[in-house]
Amino acid sequence: MADVTATGGAGVGDTRDSYMAMTRRKRAYGGIILALFVVLMVTGFQTVEARSAGGFWEGLPRIFDFPAGVVREAWDRIDRLPANLLTYFPALIETINIAAVSTLVGAFFGLILSLLSTRGLARWPRLIPLFRRIMDILRAIPEIVIALVLIFILGGGPVPAMIAIALHTAGALGKLYSEVAENADLKPVEGLQSVGANWSQRMWLGVIPQVAPNYLSYTLMRFEINIRASAILGFVGAGGIGYELRNAMTFGQGKFDLAASIFVLLFLTIVFFDQVSSHYRNRLTQGQRT
Amino acid sequence: MLSIQSLTKTFGQNTAVDRATIQVDGPCMIGIIGRSGAGKSTLLRMLNRLTDSSSGQVLFEGRDITALNGAAKRQWQSQCAMIFQQFNLVPRMDVVSNVLHGTLNRRSTLSTMFNLFPKADIHRAIDILDRLGIAEHAPKRAEALSGGQQQRVAIARALMQDPAIILADEPIASLDPMNAQIVMDALRRIHDEDGRTVIANLHTLDTARRYCDRVIGMRDGRIVFDGLPDQLTTDVAREIYGAGADFSEAATSTAIEALDPSTDAAWATA
Repeated sequence: MADVTATGGAGVGDTRDSYMAMTRRKRAYGGIILALFVVLMVTGFQTVEARSAGGFWEGLPRIFDFPAGVVREAWDRIDRLPANLLTYFPALIETINIAAVSTLVGAFFGLILSLLSTRGLARWPRLIPLFRRIMDILRAIPEIVIALVLIFILGGGPVPAMIAIALHTAGALGKLYSEVAENADLKPVEGLQSVGANWSQRMWLGVIPQVAPNYLSYTLMRFEINIRASAILGFVGAGGIGYELRNAMTFGQGKFDLAASIFVLLFLTIVFFDQVSSHYRNRLTQGQRT
Repeated sequence: MLSIQSLTKTFGQNTAVDRATIQVDGPCMIGIIGRSGAGKSTLLRMLNRLTDSSSGQVLFEGRDITALNGAAKRQWQSQCAMIFQQFNLVPRMDVVSNVLHGTLNRRSTLSTMFNLFPKADIHRAIDILDRLGIAEHAPKRAEALSGGQQQRVAIARALMQDPAIILADEPIASLDPMNAQIVMDALRRIHDEDGRTVIANLHTLDTARRYCDRVIGMRDGRIVFDGLPDQLTTDVAREIYGAGADFSEAATSTAIEALDPSTDAAWATA
């Protein structure tokens, strides 16, 4: 089959040369970046290895000692597993409640913050940097620090944990939401503006329906993360399953079977909410089947 | 060369393509017409194996295309180029890279990731762009080009594949009349100069008449007309489109000549 007829005019020659030069430049940049990356990884690893108390290579074979111990003890007392699961179920409910409330509150504030800080949608475009910095601050402070301060002031319990996680969630979801909203189609918003709708009406009818599936999926993933976060806050006295886990996990008390049942509960919870979330996400994106 | 035998595609209860049989003996330019939903796109997509057929066979030089799988299927796709209504380029990559994507079937994933294409291929890509008159846009991002230019980049990608058949699914449906003519001229030239078979879904009759050697009409998944462009009379067109006596070709024609005062008046009084 006849191939392209070589025209080879002066114009094509120039295009060829300039494109080849551009390609070579891009490849050179790519090569330099790759080399830098490898050098940084290698030297960084060496630095850490030299400064650590133990050693990575010496410690590597022992990494699985703890999980192996947990599994061994749990297997020896496998008959107690159902009873243990039942014992810790109320604590799990408390942890899930903390996560659920903080996700709802955080998502609500995240939604408002995101719309106020998205270019093209913001109510007050000049204040976008302010709302962005507010979200940065909410994300920058570790939730465990907020929780410790609040526990000191308000006393131990689920409320400080809930507030701490909600603040972090508002910052994190606000950023993710605003990235989704940035890619939203502005045509419906313009259509609503043309009929004289106010800002809240434009957002509610023009933006939210478009971004809802993505928002829901981020929110449900955040909920999963928050279940884990609220379990961790239990370690510092916020109650729930984390507190029980800290007691059970201490070495040499022979309570590893309890720790194992708590891990099983947490795993099942995450699987459960993952299934629920994918179900509702699909329904929202594809529309309800008739 | 190409023989389509009782090719059928069903989606649940609906039959999109119903026992289509087409025989192509040598290189030619074929236009497929019919209203939207007649199964034109599904037919082309089955030829490229973007969509699997429900039953029937497609023989290309004696080989059954519908039975191919894995690497053999991808090898067939590299020989059977496809051009889409919405161009389907990678918008954020430059024009030459998009054309070079036509050689992906011969490239490994690793060299693709680092965008390493041989110098000879890069030169050939630029030559093809020059042939289609858009060489000066070579380093630009595909999304920076107009629709007509993007469609020519898509044709260049198809040519880069060095295909035996070029399938064009409504190649000019998103273009203005001027760009539509440039794109159709390019497709016709590829057929005339390279001797490649071009099969195009078209939604305007005058385009089919002017550019094609053979016209196939589809209605509700079935082939209801297969003949020369001259045989495509207004009555036949009414039959293909299932239209009544008020059907007038000129009313929606995109050809610039169709806009003469007499047809305008005819439309106004209709």
